[in-house]
Amino acid sequence: MYIYDEIDQQLVDERVAQFRDQTNRFLSGKLSEDEFRPLRLQNGLYIQRLAPMLRIAIPYGFLSSPQLRKLGEIARKFDRSYGHFSTRQNIQLNWPKLEDVPEILAELATVQMHAIQTSGNCIRNTTTDQFAGVAFDELIDPRPYCELIRQWSTFHPEFAYLPRKFKIAVSGSVEDRAATLVHDIGVHAVRDASGEVGFKVLVGGGLGRTPIIGHVIRDFLPREHFLSYLDAILRVYNRYGRRDNKYKARIKILVKELTPAVFAEKVEAEWLHLKDGPSAVTEAEFERLRGFFVDPAYETLPQEDASFHAKIAENKGFSNWVKRNVFKHKKPGYAAVTLSLKKTGVAPGDATSDQMEAIADLADQYSYGEIRVSHEQNLILSDVKQSDLFEVWEKAQALGLATPNIGLLTNIIACPGGDFCSLANAKSIPIAEAIQERFDDLDYLFDLGPIDLNISGCMNSCGHHHVGHIGILGVDKNGEEWYQVSIGGAQGYQASLGKVIGPSFAREQMADVIEKLIDVYVDIRHEDEVFIDTVRRTGIEPFKTRVYGEARAAANA
Amino acid sequence: MAKIIKDKQIVEDQWLTIKLGAEGASPEIPVAGNIIVPLKLWLAKKAELQQRQGQTGVWLDSNEEPAPLADDLPNLPLIAINFPQFADGRGYSIARLLRERFGFKGEMRAIGDVLRDQIFYMHRCGFNAFEVRADKSIEDALTAFNDFSDGYQTSVDQPVPYFRRRLSGGN
Repeated sequence: MYIYDEIDQQLVDERVAQFRDQTNRFLSGKLSEDEFRPLRLQNGLYIQRLAPMLRIAIPYGFLSSPQLRKLGEIARKFDRSYGHFSTRQNIQLNWPKLEDVPEILAELATVQMHAIQTSGNCIRNTTTDQFAGVAFDELIDPRPYCELIRQWSTFHPEFAYLPRKFKIAVSGSVEDRAATLVHDIGVHAVRDASGEVGFKVLVGGGLGRTPIIGHVIRDFLPREHFLSYLDAILRVYNRYGRRDNKYKARIKILVKELTPAVFAEKVEAEWLHLKDGPSAVTEAEFERLRGFFVDPAYETLPQEDASFHAKIAENKGFSNWVKRNVFKHKKPGYAAVTLSLKKTGVAPGDATSDQMEAIADLADQYSYGEIRVSHEQNLILSDVKQSDLFEVWEKAQALGLATPNIGLLTNIIACPGGDFCSLANAKSIPIAEAIQERFDDLDYLFDLGPIDLNISGCMNSCGHHHVGHIGILGVDKNGEEWYQVSIGGAQGYQASLGKVIGPSFAREQMADVIEKLIDVYVDIRHEDEVFIDTVRRTGIEPFKTRVYGEARAAANA
Repeated sequence: MAKIIKDKQIVEDQWLTIKLGAEGASPEIPVAGNIIVPLKLWLAKKAELQQRQGQTGVWLDSNEEPAPLADDLPNLPLIAINFPQFADGRGYSIARLLRERFGFKGEMRAIGDVLRDQIFYMHRCGFNAFEVRADKSIEDALTAFNDFSDGYQTSVDQPVPYFRRRLSGGN
């Protein structure tokens, strides 16, 4: 994990002092609401429906056990003893007091954490693969490059007042687990024919009101030019992105209006001036960053542990959990474990202070003291020995963190929705709960296989509904909460955007609607065909007919 | 006379900023004294303006291009960049282009919605003068330069990014 040096720490400490001063000036009336807004947003502080919300940065989703313990402690001391892990691999507190926020930031700084640029029209937290560094299918470890981006983007003086927010995601694996195709910039770490590391660069992807899949603007960027190229993209966006309409201000609209080819030309022209300047990254810096992400002292173990396989054979619950929540590790005898924050009855992504502290203990005991947050809002222990998995499972079960549903229908991605967020048109959490309750038969869930169901409470799409195999979007109809359903979305390198099946539904219809969609799939699937492939094969028609045909028949009866 | 911040000190403003006249009308130009004229006026009446008593600087709005000024820069004592709203960040890029691409060495002044909490970044992007909004305390704004003691990136005030300085073991 990256460890701060003196300057890293000093900058974060200075940020705390700066925000303390800004908060005092706001509270004493020297800063107006409008003047304070971007300053508090760039420290993660929203003024919400019921209370402020504070979004704390977890750079590319990595936490040490002391950091997770500190988050638990802060949630207990300043909030209601729980936090919400978000799709940007960050954590949100829903009930802090505005005047406490400087103190919270000071507490965070003691464990090398902060809330810098977690909101506002600036470069946000970079996200990556939750299995970075341990995935069996990894080509290049993205973490040193994420840290490079973190430092470059932190307090970047030129890009603090962009037309709109700006999000970067990095992937270095065969499978894209970081949703890179739907980010303002998506970066794929790759090697050229000579084995040199570089990046394929995509721009202009995004969800929200105008969902678009990103366009490749450069097939191979040598890694030493990474920062100058990012500077060039951001400068073109900062200067020419629209500022007249906030719904058209994201880079995807600029890329679309110019065309990706013309946008790429502008970037290349700008980059020619920058590329050989002082921001060219040195080999020594790559080496230094690499040094923070070396393998822990793994033991030499057999590929498969016999006791582990014996437990699988004798315990169905354990075997189910292993099937869904254990991910293949690059090292023989090790595994990565996903602790599910998607238990029925708990808001997706929520964890209590007690759970956070217990997870930190598990990490210390079984996984070299490190925890990762996935963009699917779960927590990961990345380096567990196969021989320890049974114990970890038993302990996770006792903590309510062993729901064996990773990749399944009930591993729902959801934003906080109308229960908390002032932007939301509709609530997300009760919908998630109703669906989880409807699909509570584990054997049936396993039979249904991988299905991503994502819920957003409004068009801002924090719940990534466009790329859910099933997507649910909260909409407002004359002041009432309604839900629009789409199917056929997907994340990964084959990312696609879901198609809306028809008019929206009332909240109490939603579990029925999802059940009908699933029934259609079960009726028409080919053997071993997963949900998304069935939708891709048949299109939305059969699903639409069942859902609306039956509703119409009922209305006519 | 109004006060501004220049080179981290509060000083009397020696310049008068001329706004563009309404719809095509030419604004009135005083015969003497230092003035800052809109880019359009400068490009249209450069020769005439250079005949005046007193110096002439140019101001750009956030949507204007600095490139047409490139040839004039060695002879311009001052360029101002307007921030129509403080949240309009285009001026930061224009400032860096003028300093780093076009090599402008004179006074670079932030005008318009210029507030204390943006001054640190403005300074890093090459501004050395600030016309702080009239309703705000200029003394308060002067403390902005101390917000941070360093920065990671290449910038006008520190072209060597921190990763290069960190490795060479000092500043």
